[in-house]
Amino acid sequence: MKLSQLVLAAAISVSAGSAFAAGCKIDGRVSIVGNEFPAIHAVVEGAKSCIGDEIKANLTADHQKINVAGMTSSPAEYTSALISNASIIALLNEDLIRPLDSLVEKYGQSLKPNQLIKINGKIMAVAFMVNAQHLVYRSDILAEAGVQPPKSYEEVLVAAKAIREQELMQYPIGGAYKAGWNLAQEFINMYLASGGEFFEPGSAKVSINNEKGLAALEMMKALSGYMNPDFLTHDSNATNAEFRAGNVAMMNMWGSRAATLTEIEGISEDVVHGFDISGPLIVGKSSVPASTLWWDGFTVAKNVSDADAEATFVAMITGISPDRLDKKTSSLAVWLIDGYKPTQKARGVSDAIDMETKPYPIKPYMGLLHTALGNELSDFMQGKEDAKSALADIVSAYNSAAREEGFLN
Amino acid sequence: MKHRTFFWFTLPTALAMLVFIALPLASVIIQSVFTPHEAVLVESENCGPFGCTKTTVIDQDVSAALRASEPLGRFVGLDIYLDRGHLAVNEVAAAWRSSTSVGNFFAKLNNLPLYRAMAFTLTYTFTVTPFMLVFGFIIAVSVNSLNRYLKGMVIFFSLLPMIVSPLIGSLVLFWMVDSRGILGSFLQWIANDPALSVKASTGLTWVMLIVYGVWHAAPFSFIVFYAGLQTLPGELMESSQVDGANRWQQTIYIVLPHLMPLVTFVTLIQLMDNFRVFEPIVGFNSEAHATSLSWFIFNDLSGETRLLSSASASSVLTILGVAILLAPVLVRTWRDFKVKG
Amino acid sequence: MASSAMRTPWYLQTVSICFIALWLVMAAFPFLWTVWGSFKVELDFFSIADWTNALTGVNTAQEHGSSFTDTAYHGSWIQEGFWVAAINTAIVCVSVVCISLIFGTLGGYALSRSSHRYAFWLLIAALIFRAMPPITLVSGYLLPFFQWNLWGHLATTIIVLVAINQPFTLWMLHSFFQKIPKDLDESAKVDGCSQFQAFWHVIIPVMWPGVITTGLFSFLLAYNDFAVTSMLLAKENHTMVPKIASFLGTTQTEGNVMFAVASVVSATAPLFLLVVFFQRHIVAGLTQGAVKG
Repeated sequence: MKLSQLVLAAAISVSAGSAFAAGCKIDGRVSIVGNEFPAIHAVVEGAKSCIGDEIKANLTADHQKINVAGMTSSPAEYTSALISNASIIALLNEDLIRPLDSLVEKYGQSLKPNQLIKINGKIMAVAFMVNAQHLVYRSDILAEAGVQPPKSYEEVLVAAKAIREQELMQYPIGGAYKAGWNLAQEFINMYLASGGEFFEPGSAKVSINNEKGLAALEMMKALSGYMNPDFLTHDSNATNAEFRAGNVAMMNMWGSRAATLTEIEGISEDVVHGFDISGPLIVGKSSVPASTLWWDGFTVAKNVSDADAEATFVAMITGISPDRLDKKTSSLAVWLIDGYKPTQKARGVSDAIDMETKPYPIKPYMGLLHTALGNELSDFMQGKEDAKSALADIVSAYNSAAREEGFLN
Repeated sequence: MKHRTFFWFTLPTALAMLVFIALPLASVIIQSVFTPHEAVLVESENCGPFGCTKTTVIDQDVSAALRASEPLGRFVGLDIYLDRGHLAVNEVAAAWRSSTSVGNFFAKLNNLPLYRAMAFTLTYTFTVTPFMLVFGFIIAVSVNSLNRYLKGMVIFFSLLPMIVSPLIGSLVLFWMVDSRGILGSFLQWIANDPALSVKASTGLTWVMLIVYGVWHAAPFSFIVFYAGLQTLPGELMESSQVDGANRWQQTIYIVLPHLMPLVTFVTLIQLMDNFRVFEPIVGFNSEAHATSLSWFIFNDLSGETRLLSSASASSVLTILGVAILLAPVLVRTWRDFKVKG
Repeated sequence: MASSAMRTPWYLQTVSICFIALWLVMAAFPFLWTVWGSFKVELDFFSIADWTNALTGVNTAQEHGSSFTDTAYHGSWIQEGFWVAAINTAIVCVSVVCISLIFGTLGGYALSRSSHRYAFWLLIAALIFRAMPPITLVSGYLLPFFQWNLWGHLATTIIVLVAINQPFTLWMLHSFFQKIPKDLDESAKVDGCSQFQAFWHVIIPVMWPGVITTGLFSFLLAYNDFAVTSMLLAKENHTMVPKIASFLGTTQTEGNVMFAVASVVSATAPLFLLVVFFQRHIVAGLTQGAVKG
């Protein structure tokens, strides 16, 4: 964007009484790739309010499969990728996104410091919303069983035992334990809660084969005893469906999914009224919650002209500007945007932040460990293997992947 | 046929396959013997909404120089093929040395991803293929003898398992076999076991996948055989009847030989497709119980960090596997071809 | 066949009819169940509480006052614009079938008529090519397609689908051509036809059952493809299957399964017409009676 146009844009916006949204004008190509959930749609819609050049967006669940290729080409097909703290790894590893420091200085007045994602001292992304897994439970069932809402997984086991013994429910615990990504995520939660570190400091050597790893696995196994026997096929969709049908009393669920859990047609009154949310659970005496914090944000591609990058940044900033927040958009996510007030259903995630839940680690090799965990844990969960050999298998699977990618020798 | 004529007739198809399959195949083979450069890691401090943490990142300046000097990456020869994720030679050798019995060795082998996947893939291939051939043939013969006004309707319904998108087909069937779905409840009633769950047991999951495989593929062989039956020379059947051949003899000596090229064709295609079984595994969420080479590739390509070399190696292994599997059929085709010449 | 069918003994007739009836139940039941369920709400379709809810529609009645509702159809076709995906699918399918058949009949015919060794090796190469998992191929296309600005266009997807399906088309048509006696085109050539004229005027007319059957498979491949269409098309020109997949939701996204179910049911209707057409033509090929050994 040229300076004169920028001044013009600023003048229009001042006269309209708001910083960007009313009069954002861009002069460059903007093409966005990202996931598709309502909050992302809201951001992109905001960005599209900019006039000047056309703004294209390709919002699809497969965004992670195409964003690397789409930003590697020169010039990049996509000038911006919407990512989370896990999916930014691939873009960082391939060096496909540009530092945003100067753009933030120029246009980022509406951003709060905690929205800026700094990697090695440089701003590489701007976050706009957060997410975390936390407890979702049926207050009516817990009251009937005579137990308090649990604070730790040990209490979950006690409550589950009580519910089963009183024959209120056969399988009171729900969980997204589907073999693969979901199961690995649950292990990561449990292991973090026990205070474990995934890697030896400063290296790509994995360090989960220890007492804490064993303890995490044993807890997962104990929980699975109160789950539907098909738990290895249940992703978060299936787990939610169980809750909606009134078959589950307690589950660890994504904040983004919990908020709208009881809003679909046909759910019984008991479930709608009994539905309640609290923060993430802890394990034992440790105060670290068994959950991870996630953020979603935008990046700007490296392989584009400076003018396109500038236009993209301005459009995206407009999409997440504070005056985009209204009654409708506020309920879509837990926003990091200035002026956002958490709704009642967002308190699970805000509790997670208050309890100092650890963020999902941004490490170049974390994705490899996540995949290895997902592939090798299911044998243990089925009782075909003991915890020790499961951990050993994970380590060897990770090692061979990390050697291939050049992280280990 | 003259060389020249042959060239012009086959040019479009050969060109399409060359550009869109042969070239990618070549690049896949190259990729499978190269891996990314060693990552140069540096300590860094990352900050975000949740505070700052000490961590490591890839040093992009050094990496860029490395990539520029050797764009293909490190040459590693067959290392990827032999690592734990694939043929796992070291692990197999160690298992062999430490095993007390053959059963013990196979149990250890079953803990290695490739061998476990092969166990399911081969079982699947060698049960689904014959069943679907026989099934399809019987349906084709039966439909062929139907009243022709009924045929259209019957063909449509027979094709349904193949034409309804597997995406939804498997979703609906997966729900039906759930322990609370209609088929799951029916099975519990038959087995008189209210705790029976197909999805929680490895053995039953295999059976479910195989039954689905036959159900899904039978329409294919049915329709090919049905089309083949339409070209059956009528007078051959009549003259054989005059000669006193019964139905069974007619089927064995006239119908089957007539359909033989099609049987070969269906067998080839099905052996290949079943060896590459993928969609049912994902559709039925059965990764915990059954995997295949194609699923490996999918898994390598869909993580946060994509394992391109590993996926390439798995692809090449798939092709080699198919080639071995099809060798007997190919030899037969070669003989037919020479006879023709 | 009609004459020999009449001589079929009664017990064989009965067995074959029973078998067909059983097969039809197996083939059609899940589909009919889906059709029925598509008029219910999600909690009835996936009736976790009690499977009979799917039949009675208890929750649907509670929500809509009747045990049938067309909200899923309304949602997918009008609210989510499924008709755009339907038009894209129509374009892709028709183009793929036409191009595949042109390439395939030419190639398959030449292969069946050539006795040179390279013809055999071309067939084998095609077979090996087909063994290549599509997912590997597609992930290899991404980078060059983005680089050359080919990504996201229907035309690119069409040509990729044609190419990926060529080995199958080639093999199938080759096995059909093989059954057509060589004397037929030889005699045409003796009468002064060129090879192409012999192919076009003599062989193709008697090949209809084979061509139509192969066309049907090309059509179904393009129609049901997910790997290629979901990766090579942008959201706005998605065909039906990726569109349906996007209704299903992901780990972090709430889907609307009923939209997907309604879309699948409505997407199957045009296939009915296709099969009726297919059936008539396959019989037409027979009645021409040109195939005589």
